[in-house]
Amino acid sequence: MSTTAQPGPVSIPAPRSTQRTGQRSNFELYSWLFMRISGIVLVFLVLAHLVIMNILDGGVQRINFAFVAGRWSSPFWQVWDLMMLWLAMLHGTNGLRTIINDYAERDQTRFWLKMILYVAAAFTIILGTLVIFTFDPNIG
Amino acid sequence: MATLPVGTLYRGGEGMWTWVLHRITGVAVFFFLIVHVLDTALVRVSPEAYDLVIATYKTPIVNLLEVGLVGAVLYHALNGLRVILVDFWSRGPRYQRQMTWAIGAVWIVLMVPGTFFMLKHTIEAMFGSTS
Repeated sequence: MSTTAQPGPVSIPAPRSTQRTGQRSNFELYSWLFMRISGIVLVFLVLAHLVIMNILDGGVQRINFAFVAGRWSSPFWQVWDLMMLWLAMLHGTNGLRTIINDYAERDQTRFWLKMILYVAAAFTIILGTLVIFTFDPNIG
Repeated sequence: MATLPVGTLYRGGEGMWTWVLHRITGVAVFFFLIVHVLDTALVRVSPEAYDLVIATYKTPIVNLLEVGLVGAVLYHALNGLRVILVDFWSRGPRYQRQMTWAIGAVWIVLMVPGTFFMLKHTIEAMFGSTS
C-alpha cells in the first residue's frame, strides 16, 4: 500500500474552468455520436476494402488502371467508395480535431492547426468525390 | 501497487494504453487516407501516371508498410467496437478488460493469415516460388 493517508476510492478534482456562459451547443454530443455510428459503418466498408485490395486474388500486385476501371464500371463500388471516402474523412477529421483540442494549448496554435486540418479535409473530400464521379476509363 | 500515482482513476492500465494506441493508429491511418485519395486521383491524369505510382505499392518495403497499415486499421476497428460496447452495453464497463484481451486475440488470429497473404508475392519474388 502507498504511504498516503488518503484511503478509499480516488476522486476527480472539481473542474477548474469557469462555468460556460452564453449559448449551449450540442455539437460535441453529435460529434461523439457520429464517431460511433460512422465507426460501425466503416468497420464493414474499410475491412472489406482492405481484404479485397490487399489479400484476395493476388492482393495489391494486381491493382492497376484497368482494375480500377473495372470496379468503377459498377455503381455498387462507386457508392461504396464514395461512402467510405466521406465517412472516413469526416471521422478522421473529427478525430484530429479532438487531438488538436487536447494537445495544442495556445488559442492561436489551436485555431491555425484546425484551419489547416479543415482545408486539407475539404480539399481531399472534394477531390475524391470528383474523381469518382468524373472517372473516364478511356482517358489517355 | 505502491508505485501507482495517487489520485488517478485511469493512468497506466489497459484503458490508457488502448486509448493511446487508438490515437496513434487513428492519426497514422488518417494521413495515409489523404495520400491514398491523392494517389487514386491520378486515374484522372493518365493510366500511365496511376500505374507508375501504384507500382511503388508493390515494392517489398511498401508492401511491408501495408501490413502495418492493415494492422493499424484492424486494431482501430476492433478497439472502436470495444469503446462502443463500453459506452452503450450495460455490462460493457464491467467487461472492458476482458474485451481488451479479446480484441488482442482476434487481431492476432486475423493478422497471421492476413500477413501471409499480403506478403506472399514479395516473399516468392525474393526467395523463389514456394509452390
